[in-house]
Amino acid sequence: MDLALAPETLARWQFGITTVYHFLFVPLTISLAALVAGLETAWVRTGKEKYLKATKFWGKLFLINIAMGVVTGIVQEFQFGMNWSDYSRFVGDVFGAPLAFEALIAFFFESTFIGLWIFGWDKLPKKIHCACIWMVSIGTMLSAYFILAANSWMQHPVGYKLNKATGRAELTDFWHVLTQDTTLVVVFHTLTAAFLTGGAFMVGVAAIHLRRKKHIPVMRTSLRLGLVTLVIGGLLTAVSGDSLGKVMFKQQPMKMAAAEALWDGQNSAPFSIFAVGDVAKGHNDVEISVPGILSFLADNNFSSYVPGINDVNKSEQEKFGPGDYRPNIPVTFWGFRWMIGFGMTSFAIGLAGLWLTRKKFMLAPAMRTGEDEVPNLVLFKSRALGTRLTKWYWFAAVWTLGFPLIANSWGWIFTEMGRQPWVVYGVLRTKDAVSPSVSQGEVLTSMIVFTLLYAVLAVVEVKLLVKYVKAGPPELTEADLNPPTKIGGDDRDPDRPMAFSY
Amino acid sequence: MELHDVWFVLIAVLWIGYFFLEGFDFGIGILTKLLARDRTEKRVLINTIGPVWDGNEVWLLTAGGATFAAFPEWYATLFSGFYLPLLIILVCLIVRGVAFEYRAKRPEEKWQRNWEQAIFWTSLIPAFLWGVAFANIVRGVKIDAHMEYVGTFWDLLNPYAILGGLVTLFLFTFHGAVFASLKTLGDIRERSRALALKLGLATAVLALGFLIWTQASRGDTKSLVAMAVAVLALVGAVVAIKVGREGWSFALSGITIAAAVAMLFLTLFPNVMPSSLNDAWNLTVTNASSSPYTLKIMTWCAGVATPIVMLYQGWTYWVFRKRIGTKNIADAH
Repeated sequence: MDLALAPETLARWQFGITTVYHFLFVPLTISLAALVAGLETAWVRTGKEKYLKATKFWGKLFLINIAMGVVTGIVQEFQFGMNWSDYSRFVGDVFGAPLAFEALIAFFFESTFIGLWIFGWDKLPKKIHCACIWMVSIGTMLSAYFILAANSWMQHPVGYKLNKATGRAELTDFWHVLTQDTTLVVVFHTLTAAFLTGGAFMVGVAAIHLRRKKHIPVMRTSLRLGLVTLVIGGLLTAVSGDSLGKVMFKQQPMKMAAAEALWDGQNSAPFSIFAVGDVAKGHNDVEISVPGILSFLADNNFSSYVPGINDVNKSEQEKFGPGDYRPNIPVTFWGFRWMIGFGMTSFAIGLAGLWLTRKKFMLAPAMRTGEDEVPNLVLFKSRALGTRLTKWYWFAAVWTLGFPLIANSWGWIFTEMGRQPWVVYGVLRTKDAVSPSVSQGEVLTSMIVFTLLYAVLAVVEVKLLVKYVKAGPPELTEADLNPPTKIGGDDRDPDRPMAFSY
Repeated sequence: MELHDVWFVLIAVLWIGYFFLEGFDFGIGILTKLLARDRTEKRVLINTIGPVWDGNEVWLLTAGGATFAAFPEWYATLFSGFYLPLLIILVCLIVRGVAFEYRAKRPEEKWQRNWEQAIFWTSLIPAFLWGVAFANIVRGVKIDAHMEYVGTFWDLLNPYAILGGLVTLFLFTFHGAVFASLKTLGDIRERSRALALKLGLATAVLALGFLIWTQASRGDTKSLVAMAVAVLALVGAVVAIKVGREGWSFALSGITIAAAVAMLFLTLFPNVMPSSLNDAWNLTVTNASSSPYTLKIMTWCAGVATPIVMLYQGWTYWVFRKRIGTKNIADAH
């Protein structure tokens, strides 16, 4: 069968499309849930209206986003069985458990408390209402943890044995699966990247309004919160990414070598900034690189030996038999760069913003601004940024909201493509994982259906987001400012319209 | 009772939870066309399930995840075998979820009407297809010696399965109508009771046919008991709605669902997915299950988590216990 349309290729495309799409919503959901929870807590504690307005504004964007995350998540759980039935048979014993845990512990948490939060404004005392969004936030993080534990097992299978009689992997140590270094580092990396994403989103949206001098008090607070989140998230993403690189170097040397297009192993291995390779010949034609950096990234030592693609390919051939054990090198190489490049650009913009919009530190009194003014962008103690540079900064701040989304997508493409030809590294090949009973026509149908449906929904979602971003924070009503004091709502007026209805 | 038997029961419990809960919210979705006279009434209906439909749907995800973990072979055969029906269900669930969340986010009538259409169809289609799927599981499908489904999409649309689909469709709609009578106020409450009565009678006829067919072809004493409970509860639910006891009627329609699902699982046991080609190729609780170690961990998790989930989900229903009428719907949207 033509390789381009082989069921395996189609199933991979479908998995790639649906997963990358799903993951556009996931990091925003994780971070916005926590940020909205923080804002609502600030309101409950201080009673300041700007916090309630911010809660409602970001809460709305959060809800538009999570709706898509939830529905596209259902596909994920079903498609293991639908498209990858041999995979499911082989790994179900190990892989199924974290998935079931995720549903039973995390999904119920999220979905139940999100319902309470959306409809509970006039039914719950404010502290309990606020607790609900915290529960949602905990749910989102637990969900990430369990699914990443499952994915980490595919990257680095531990705590299992192969049952020769059934030909299946069997769990022997669940605790090991949940706590192996791959899982912990990946969870750390994914969660911090989620906060980088949410912080950048908040900065971008706040900048849209501040550029036009609208909704200043709420957006000023949001901008600062976004910047702090972006910078802390970005810094920790870099730290965790570095740890992940070292784990990967030990566990999946091929991925690390492919990420750098390092064909032959060497000491003081360089970090390649740009390369044009020749996959057939197994070398780079053109390359710009910084020596020693890759060795440092992999092993904390500038002169360590890093094995190359050709070396690992050879050793895997000796171990697993003849075949090509190289992933798609250009995708892996560039995916790694786009991930770091876009993520760190956002981080740099955040770092600049955090300094430029500071409130008091190293800032002349004349440069300070009030609650209802757009902050000056101040470079030195009493020297503001010029008009043109100021304009450019706000422009960059708006655009930064999209960068982490690109970085996240490439991160997943990199780590999943970089593991090929394995679906479970060193244990099960991707070509042996597809559903034998599903025909080419069926996979093609589902792939087209999902792609079209997702495209339409993307348009709908983005338009809605734009509408609500433009609308800005809502005006507060009497009911907003006087939440009920008992559960189930006050009995003041049974015919009163609901605070929120579909 | 070994652990894989425990998990067979637990999977049944998860499906019962799913059909009990999402059953009435599918029903509500269908009733937006059958019962509501105007757009405000539509919104009253949608808002009766607004805070809870998402949590209800998680029972499906949990059933799916638990099947994956406890019976990987069952999960693999079922999901790859029923590929196209599941694709349709997935598309429906995606559109349905978005429809609920996005419908009120724009004021334009056309926008809202489109999403309302979507809610109706995406509630109706899965309500029918779940019955088709379960009837096929019970009936047995073409599974070969390697546990692979070798039939076609059209094999799934046999008379028994279609009757099964009609039963779930009517039963869920009836369950939804009873739920509507329990959660609404005013005129729509009266009409939902009247409609529930008609739906209940129609359901009774279809369900009786389906359950007798099931019992006659593969039943035993245990399944006969479950069937008797289902039938009696359904009759009770119809009588209760006739005399205006909405709470009782809802409890009884819920018991009907639970007993009917229990009956299907009882006729299956010890198979989980029988083969219509050769009895030796049946997927059973033993040959489809995970290792005892995985089942043990799963049992602990389910044993601790499920009661907690039921507790806080139950609390949600209590928080939103007030009935909703057309007066509670703001005009703004």
